[in-house]
Amino acid sequence: MNNKQFPVRLGKVSFLIDKKSFYIISLLTVLAIVLMIVSLGIGQLFISPVDVIRAVIGQGTEMENLVVNSFRMPRILLSMLAGAALAMSGAILQGLIRNPLASPDIIGITGGAALTTVIFLAIYTDRSNTLTMSIQWLPLASFIGAVVIGFLVYFLSWKNGRITPFRLVLIGVGVAAAADAVTSLVMILGPIHSAAKATIWLTGSVNGTNWNEIATIAPWVFGITFILFIYARRLNMQELGEDLAKNAGQLVQRDRFMLLLLSTSLAGGAVAFAGGIGFVGLMAPHIARKIIGSAFGALIPVSALVGGMIVVLADILGRMLFMPLEVPVGVFTSLIGAPYFIYLLFKSHK
Amino acid sequence: MLKSNALKGLGLIIGLVIVLILMWASVLYGYTDITSQMIIDSFTNFDESNEHYIIQDNRIPRSLIAAAVGASLAIAGAIMQGLTNNPLASPTIFGVNAGASFFVVFGVTFLGITSLQSFAWLAFAGAAVASVTVYLLGSLGSDGLTPIKITLAGAAIAALFSSMTQGMLAMNETALEQVLFWLTGSVQGRSLEILMSVLPYLIVGWFVALLLGKHLNVLVMGEELAKGLGQKTYLIKLAGALAVVLLSGGAVAIAGPIGFIGIVIPHIARWFAGISYSWVIPYSAIIGAMLLLLADIAARYVIYPQEAPVGVMIALVGVPFFIYIARRGINE
Repeated sequence: MNNKQFPVRLGKVSFLIDKKSFYIISLLTVLAIVLMIVSLGIGQLFISPVDVIRAVIGQGTEMENLVVNSFRMPRILLSMLAGAALAMSGAILQGLIRNPLASPDIIGITGGAALTTVIFLAIYTDRSNTLTMSIQWLPLASFIGAVVIGFLVYFLSWKNGRITPFRLVLIGVGVAAAADAVTSLVMILGPIHSAAKATIWLTGSVNGTNWNEIATIAPWVFGITFILFIYARRLNMQELGEDLAKNAGQLVQRDRFMLLLLSTSLAGGAVAFAGGIGFVGLMAPHIARKIIGSAFGALIPVSALVGGMIVVLADILGRMLFMPLEVPVGVFTSLIGAPYFIYLLFKSHK
Repeated sequence: MLKSNALKGLGLIIGLVIVLILMWASVLYGYTDITSQMIIDSFTNFDESNEHYIIQDNRIPRSLIAAAVGASLAIAGAIMQGLTNNPLASPTIFGVNAGASFFVVFGVTFLGITSLQSFAWLAFAGAAVASVTVYLLGSLGSDGLTPIKITLAGAAIAALFSSMTQGMLAMNETALEQVLFWLTGSVQGRSLEILMSVLPYLIVGWFVALLLGKHLNVLVMGEELAKGLGQKTYLIKLAGALAVVLLSGGAVAIAGPIGFIGIVIPHIARWFAGISYSWVIPYSAIIGAMLLLLADIAARYVIYPQEAPVGVMIALVGVPFFIYIARRGINE
């Protein structure tokens, strides 16, 4: 043991925590909290950060308490959670497929989740536009879509015993287009009369989030993240390549299956409530890798924080730029993300 | 594959007859029962009955538009595949449709444009901007234009344009209502005027495409070789790009973004006509028109009595085909 790391023991489980990673993660956490406080204060009623904190602990004026805790807090928490989930999902995929271009939206996982979400809403919405099924089941629905599409793309890209990054992306693009087509068909068939609302949701929006939704998505994301930490070591092995991982005694196929399952369930959870926020799953892991390097134990929490901050920031911009109109967060993330994707494309070709 | 030129010519004529039959069928079938006699009567002896109005204002424009749009998109795809030497090239994959949609929605949202003529110009501008951007991005880097790079650049540009389109729509609900019907990609409910205002550009595109055929045959052998044989490759590329912009921009202006015709049809055309673009382009036109007419008729019945947007129908047929081509492999 060297002085760069220190052990943490929780009963039978123990981790070696890298000091540098620990500092960076703490710093990012503080930054994320500051960003969220700023975001809580921004809107038609501007509230100073001090008053925001006061309102969060219930000491502000009645108006401020209401605006901060009931209106703004849920959407900001959702931004953070959805961004984090998509970023972790992307980090896993990039490690698993060893492809810098992989991300849940590019290979169609988000599209699949959107499809089953729309189907769920279409089946379980009655004439008076209320859900006949508990919203708690919604993440399960989008999870199923994400998993089905994720594995479909994975297997269709499989040829001669391997998956080339480009084939994966191409097939992902194709399958995503099919999922989109069916989604619009369901939207026309189903009782979601306001196609406009659905369109906005599909772009990725955190507008109108309530605490109910947070209570559903938070355990989902935290639960999967916990399992993910146990698997992070195996992901490190995966990155070394199939042969090496096998030689090191790993059950490669089983681990791949598990990791893909974790990645898709994270993406599914995010899409269920925030829609298809584009390119976060692509960008966040890259930024995180620049900050912390590519060991997954640290990469995953850093990606999560970066991803969450990207979406919170996009949400701030979306609310401020054209006030009182709101631009869905997904628009901003794609505006930055698509050029970034092109940049990566050329970098990976040099 | 049809071997001799005579057979290929015969094939084209048979194809043309099938297109005409399908156009007739497109007028006949649908929610309202129409008979062939009624169609003839509506021309010779218009009696202001519901059926006659439906024939003249709805079914006939729809049938003509489906044929024109299907043919144009398929030709645009064939030219793009020739120019970039990429079996996956098509207006959807390269973001040309998304670019055209973005410009149209931008015009409606910010410039308050409502006239059909300006719709067309905006669509052309968008198609041009998107195709030039994707082409340039695809040619950047030391290894020049590679099929993979241009395909991925196209996918990224398409994502960029469509998210900006959705952003504008999200901010402006009246614009959304105006263009939502158009954005789903459909040949239903379009008036004959829209077709007429765009038709001249489409016709120019068709002619350029037919003239390009034999030059594309040389170009696909490689740019160096083509230059060596005395071809002015930049002229061919410019003419090809012009045809692509006119055809896909025009098609989008009429019907909205309809995907996968441009990618699937040229491959089917090659199956009949071999690899020579002199034949692939006219065959693409015929088969493209057939596919869109068929898909549009099918769209009236799959969720009867409602209608499915034809873009959805085409995507469902096109995607498996796309995956098949992607799996068979393109040169990486």
